[in-house]
Amino acid sequence: MTATLPTPLGSGAAGAPLLEVRDLQVGFRTQGGVVHALNGVSFTIEQGESVAIVGESGSGKSTTAAAIINLLPGSGQILGGQVLFEGRDLATASRHELEEVRGKQIGFVPQDPMSNLNPVWSIGFQVEETIRANGLASGKAAVRKKAIEVLQSAGLADADKRLRQYPHQFSGGMRQRVLIGLGLSSSPKLLIADEPTSALDVTVQRRILDHLESLTQTVGTSLLFITHDLGLAAERAEKLIVMYKGKIVEAGPSLELLQNPLHPYTQRLIAAAPSLASRRIQSSSKPLGQLTHTEAGGAEGFDLITAAEERAEHVSAAGGVPAIEIANLTKVFKIRQGNFRSTEFTAVDDVSFTVAKGTTTALVGESGSGKSTIAKLLLGLEQSTSGALTVQGKRIEKMNSRELFALRRSMQPVFQDPYGSLDPLTNIGNTIAEPLKVHKVGDRESRRERVFELLEQVSLPKVLAGRYPNELSGGQRQRVAIARALALKPDIVVLDEAVSALDVLVQAQILRLLADLQAELSLTYLFITHDLAVVRVIADNVCVMQKGKIVEAATTDEVFDNPREQYTRDLLDAIPGAGIQMGI
Amino acid sequence: MSDISAPTPRTRSASHYVADVDETPVAEVDAVKLDEKPSNLWRDAWRDLRRRPIFWISAAFILLIGFVAMFPGLFTSTPPNSGCLLANSNGGPTDGHPLGFTKQGCDVYSRIIHGTSTSLGVGFIVILLTSVTGIIFGSLSGFFGGFLDTVLMRLGDIFFSIPYILAAVVIMSVFSENRNILVIALAIGVFAWPTTARVLRSEVLRVKNSDFVMAAEATGLSKLAILFRHVLPNSIAPVIVVTTLSLGAAITAEATLSFLGVGLPTSEFMSWGNDISQAQRDLRTNPQTLIFPSIALTSTVLAFILLGEALRDALDPKARALR
Repeated sequence: MTATLPTPLGSGAAGAPLLEVRDLQVGFRTQGGVVHALNGVSFTIEQGESVAIVGESGSGKSTTAAAIINLLPGSGQILGGQVLFEGRDLATASRHELEEVRGKQIGFVPQDPMSNLNPVWSIGFQVEETIRANGLASGKAAVRKKAIEVLQSAGLADADKRLRQYPHQFSGGMRQRVLIGLGLSSSPKLLIADEPTSALDVTVQRRILDHLESLTQTVGTSLLFITHDLGLAAERAEKLIVMYKGKIVEAGPSLELLQNPLHPYTQRLIAAAPSLASRRIQSSSKPLGQLTHTEAGGAEGFDLITAAEERAEHVSAAGGVPAIEIANLTKVFKIRQGNFRSTEFTAVDDVSFTVAKGTTTALVGESGSGKSTIAKLLLGLEQSTSGALTVQGKRIEKMNSRELFALRRSMQPVFQDPYGSLDPLTNIGNTIAEPLKVHKVGDRESRRERVFELLEQVSLPKVLAGRYPNELSGGQRQRVAIARALALKPDIVVLDEAVSALDVLVQAQILRLLADLQAELSLTYLFITHDLAVVRVIADNVCVMQKGKIVEAATTDEVFDNPREQYTRDLLDAIPGAGIQMGI
Repeated sequence: MSDISAPTPRTRSASHYVADVDETPVAEVDAVKLDEKPSNLWRDAWRDLRRRPIFWISAAFILLIGFVAMFPGLFTSTPPNSGCLLANSNGGPTDGHPLGFTKQGCDVYSRIIHGTSTSLGVGFIVILLTSVTGIIFGSLSGFFGGFLDTVLMRLGDIFFSIPYILAAVVIMSVFSENRNILVIALAIGVFAWPTTARVLRSEVLRVKNSDFVMAAEATGLSKLAILFRHVLPNSIAPVIVVTTLSLGAAITAEATLSFLGVGLPTSEFMSWGNDISQAQRDLRTNPQTLIFPSIALTSTVLAFILLGEALRDALDPKARALR
């Protein structure tokens, strides 16, 4: 890394850019020496420009954001390069100088709205604290007035009442509004937003980002937007920077980069992004199947369009007994309120649908819509309040424990959190073999063989059988969880947000694996997700849920092409990148 | 600042930058890396422990005193109780008696050596008692929750609210006739288990909501099997730490009871606490009779506490990451 490094996004315009990052190098000290997180990152941001950094986890995108304001976590330190903000180098600035810049000239919106507000102080206290620290107002009344202004501009109704409330009384979206309000309170020249909406529902995300956009435009603030979602980045920023393994691999105007990805990594990302892929099926402008991937090893699995087209052919009108039949299902939770009082909360409200054998039905909804509760009811992990759950012609509620035990053989789950779904102290082989042991299938030797077979089915090497989960990545853990679910050769697999926590490329790989396994083993999937974009490539039928009710149920094509309900349309519009025209 | 270098293929416009593909090779997606050694919590903890001198020093010392407790005859041939000559009362070190004599004229060194088994014996029985009770109560109440949790934990609260030394004094006074190691261990342990139970309960509460427990339930594994196979192994680490630390506390408790005169009968058992109690009257004139048993007691307790601290650091990955 020398000074000859080119500057991506270099502008030909006269005058110094607002922010210029030159050959930035950041390392983290660990027991095994310094680990380099950034290897010579250079880019510029002009006044009033919005730039997005896109990359998978571990690509260094958040480290870049933290390094700009010199707030690297833990053992991180800037090893070289410059961060020139209006000509001043922040990498070597003193603490006092940095405090002058932070907040006042560079605002920061952190990733997790849940943990970035102090739960023991009221919202008002925290807003007023920021206002005082940045010298925006002085005197009690003036500070209070400014705080109300900040919350109002952040889009919170009855701000003066809200000031006295505490973070736990705010929803995730409202907290993020407060944080955005704080970040913009001093009208900074640059606002850095690190995954500001990744913890929020899509419709909330859309409203918040619209709001953020209008605010930055009126103030003329430059925006540096960090995200893992290529569609979101392209929709919200004029320029894109694609990062991979601590380096910038490609940078340029958003639309051009999407239409003409030159680096193989960017090409892969675009092919794997479900939001963009699902959009492209309709326009089918570019035969992305032609894309050559530099690597073997499952590379053909990245092309989600092909996958979706294959699914369209595959949809078989399977007759006979439906795999899953749910009729008038209701689940009411009692929420304890202390003093022996409790209120009722209807999580699932009169839900009915059927899943034909060998097909995939997606249950889509935002958080709190009751979709995961249905999965738990179906798996017999919760008891329903009323209604009928029928699996392969048998009513679950009427089963005794032996029948329920037998049912478990034909229906297995895969859960969302790849870091929580495997026992950290059980090795991979024993984890996969556990269902076999529980159901007393085969002897020790044949179980061993079956474990190897399953590992091969999910494309993992046999040696993993003796390893432990903490040595695996999220995607690999999810493969192990799938192998465990398949161990008993079930007919039905309940996938509860099974790909939601994964990076796009890994997500595409797992979706491909699921599609292959379905074709091979004629599995029935109940696919629970909040992400409509993924639904397009995996599901045959879709049930859209809102507040415990199914608001729309139809085939995938119908839902995407002719959504009947306003809520479905809102969800579809909120898919990041959905509004991008991919050109001719 | 346009593209001044980097021979990039098919560059579309001046502002569209592409890194050299050879310099930024694209790796296989989600490739399995197996170059590191197999690791899990216990292996990582062992790797961490191995590097700690404190762990080796305390472990070696504990092994040594364990050996002394089992084979006191190898370390001294002087009988601790018999053959005491009042002529030697509070005498200084002489040939064959390196630490001098007690008020009764018994050999201090021999009494310390023979007292080791009493201290360690009481300590180990106490932690056996507290950990077995604590693990049963803590895991059941954490795992099954509800009414059982309420009953077990309130019971624990009752025991917890009574200072265990006070309770032990009362129990030992009741058993004034036939006191032995088992009785004193029971007296100490009966009121010390709620700590273990509480620590385990909170861990079980954390672990039982994991997805892997739900997955095991969905395979049809029974509740108890889930508790033993998945929940307990993942929540036992803090219990090990607490138990190691409380072993030192149990040894201290035995010495305290003996010092107070409600411990083991002096005639039958060598006990450091007894010797310290006897020696306190002559502290100003003959400090050696008090100092040496005290050193034995303190260093043994210290060894267990240091071992517990080392285990705690090794078994808590969060604490390790912060260092």
